Amino acid sequence: MIELDTLRKSYGDEVVVDDVSLTLETGTITAVVGTSGSGKSTLLKLVNRLVEPESGTVRVDGTDTRALPLTELRRSIGYVIQDNGLFPHWSVARNVGAVPRLLGWPQDEIDARVSELLELMRLDPERIGPRYPHELSGGQAQRVGVARALAARPRMMLMDEPFGALDPVIRQEARAELAAIQRRLGATVLLVTHDMGEALSLGDQIAVMEAGRLLQVGTPAEIVLSPAAPQVRALIGEDERGFRHLALLPLAPLVRPNRAHVPTGGAELGEPLAAGASCADALSRMIWTGARMLPVAGQAGEPPGVVAIEDVLAAGRAGGPQTGRSGRPDGVGSGCDGRRNRGTGR
Amino acid sequence: MRQGGVDLLRLGLAVVGVAAAMALPVVSVRASRIAPPELRWLAAVLGPGELAAAASVGLAALATLVLARDARVRLAVALVTVAGLLVGLGQLAAALVPEAGPYARIAPGPGAWLLLGTLSLFLTEAAAALTLGPLGRLGLGAGILAGLVSLLGSPMLASLSLLVEYRNRAASFWSEAAQHLVLAGGSFAAALVVGVPLGLVAARSRRVGRPVLAALTAIQTVPSIAMFGLLLLPLGWLATHVALAATLGVRGIGTAPALVGLFLYALLPVVGHTAAGIAGVPAAVLEAASAMGLDRRQRLRDVELPLALPVLLTGARIALVQNIGLATVGALIGAGGFGVFVFQGIGQTATDLVLLGALPPVALALMAALVMDALIAAVPGSAAAGRARSGSAPEVAA
Repeated sequence: MIELDTLRKSYGDEVVVDDVSLTLETGTITAVVGTSGSGKSTLLKLVNRLVEPESGTVRVDGTDTRALPLTELRRSIGYVIQDNGLFPHWSVARNVGAVPRLLGWPQDEIDARVSELLELMRLDPERIGPRYPHELSGGQAQRVGVARALAARPRMMLMDEPFGALDPVIRQEARAELAAIQRRLGATVLLVTHDMGEALSLGDQIAVMEAGRLLQVGTPAEIVLSPAAPQVRALIGEDERGFRHLALLPLAPLVRPNRAHVPTGGAELGEPLAAGASCADALSRMIWTGARMLPVAGQAGEPPGVVAIEDVLAAGRAGGPQTGRSGRPDGVGSGCDGRRNRGTGR
Repeated sequence: MRQGGVDLLRLGLAVVGVAAAMALPVVSVRASRIAPPELRWLAAVLGPGELAAAASVGLAALATLVLARDARVRLAVALVTVAGLLVGLGQLAAALVPEAGPYARIAPGPGAWLLLGTLSLFLTEAAAALTLGPLGRLGLGAGILAGLVSLLGSPMLASLSLLVEYRNRAASFWSEAAQHLVLAGGSFAAALVVGVPLGLVAARSRRVGRPVLAALTAIQTVPSIAMFGLLLLPLGWLATHVALAATLGVRGIGTAPALVGLFLYALLPVVGHTAAGIAGVPAAVLEAASAMGLDRRQRLRDVELPLALPVLLTGARIALVQNIGLATVGALIGAGGFGVFVFQGIGQTATDLVLLGALPPVALALMAALVMDALIAAVPGSAAAGRARSGSAPEVAA
């Protein structure tokens, strides 16, 4: 667990981090969202002491970070930045092995770890390892940056706009990769982004920052359903709230048994939706195909079912302006405030 | 290079070459080393048969240089033609010796020099078209230098006045060469030892950097002769008042002031480029280095200095080439070096002696530049190093 406790930092007269407290549970992703100049990058740097706070403390598992030697603290925290910051005069393999080398690992262990990480990042160690950063594509360099941050098995990762330099298609892929890796390794991640969509799709916890202050901290559903301030509303995008919310909702609770009046598997409806799909995926398919009902694949051995457009819309509305009106009597849609759905097929 | 047509640049060079050989005197004959030159045209020194042979060989070579598509062919032809021209001049000189007398000096005339210049332009053009890497250029330069030295040492050129002058001075030539290297190399090494740390400090602190660079710039504007003159006083005072300085050989004139002066001149490129190189390290790389837990020393040694190295070496290249040239002036204050021949030659109005002192530093400086270029390209991770490895432009990221 990482605790940021009443942190404050100013440059001259400008207060960039103002009395910020935030708790990151072990093994979760916390996304700090804000416009540029909101102080979110500075907040990130306060954690590994690239910036020292004027007041307040950061505790890692109860230990004040100031009690640790600076280099030791930093070597235990992975750090990924937008411009990847790869050392241009070192090969990819040497870049990835940098922190283990600093920690004095034996060379064969470093080599094994570098190969393991490059494979994890779907980079061929034989081919990519000896290359220099200027010989990589943007997506490759970003993955090498993440591999380098993971090298010494840090319990914590700090990521500053890690996908900012990537084109949209690769960015989507990189997010999915990060989510999968984080779940596998169980690292605690603090991620800074200006993109609310990215924060909602990745974060277990969202912290919205503006002018050095935290406006709201909550789960993705809380942020979307009950934004605490106009700035939060603006970041979500008023007209996109419905879709943002639907994207967070797993489809599974809305699936009902197929009562044979739906042409499941019909050619015009396409393949059944994946069991792990979100409500947004279902609505998007309904809009595209014109169907009011869609087949859904069965979850873990259960028989396939169907989902109806009315249920999807009702689930999306739950928590909206009509909150309080009962949705469906059978409780369908109550999955809304559960853990976020990290999207389809991951 | 235009496809299908005749390259106008090379055609123009060839016309200049033909004109130089035909219209300008190719040999200068002097009764003694300080006598006024008597100029001879090609037609006057060759018999009709020889003239026809020389003209046809020369025209064939120039035609190949203009028309050959393959730069390697042009490079080879240019090299062979230069060597042939030098040998021809040597033979011509040898043939003229009996007629001109024992003290006569036979040197290339304006036409021959212009032809040599034209051919060296052909050579540069062909080498540039080959797009050699820095290592390739260094190899080519070393090869040409070795060929030139062996040609100069062969009996074929022995009658040319420059080599006659060299034989008269052979002993002092090599000792002055060594002294020249001591002056240029010693001051260069000292400038690196002092300048690199000074550049680091200048990069870290504006308050130090600005006045230091301003002072070094001011030093750079002092003419070298004035600089040596100015150093005479403090160093002379040191020599007479500090016993240690005297035992170390520090005097108002000689090696010490020359070394100090050259050192001061070399500081600006070294300090300036070190500071610029350090300041040019990308902020993201520095941030990543700190965040990964490199301490200040590791960051400097493993990240900042290696990344600043190409720029730093560019500064060192300027300092070295500049010092090899400036060391010539050191002879004025008794520091020795190739300048000794230059100033003696000026004093005696002996052109051959001036050339004997002036040409070796030019060759040295060119070679030093090629060596430094190769070093810069060898720095790992630099775009130039990528090119040197793959022999082409760095591949576009997929």
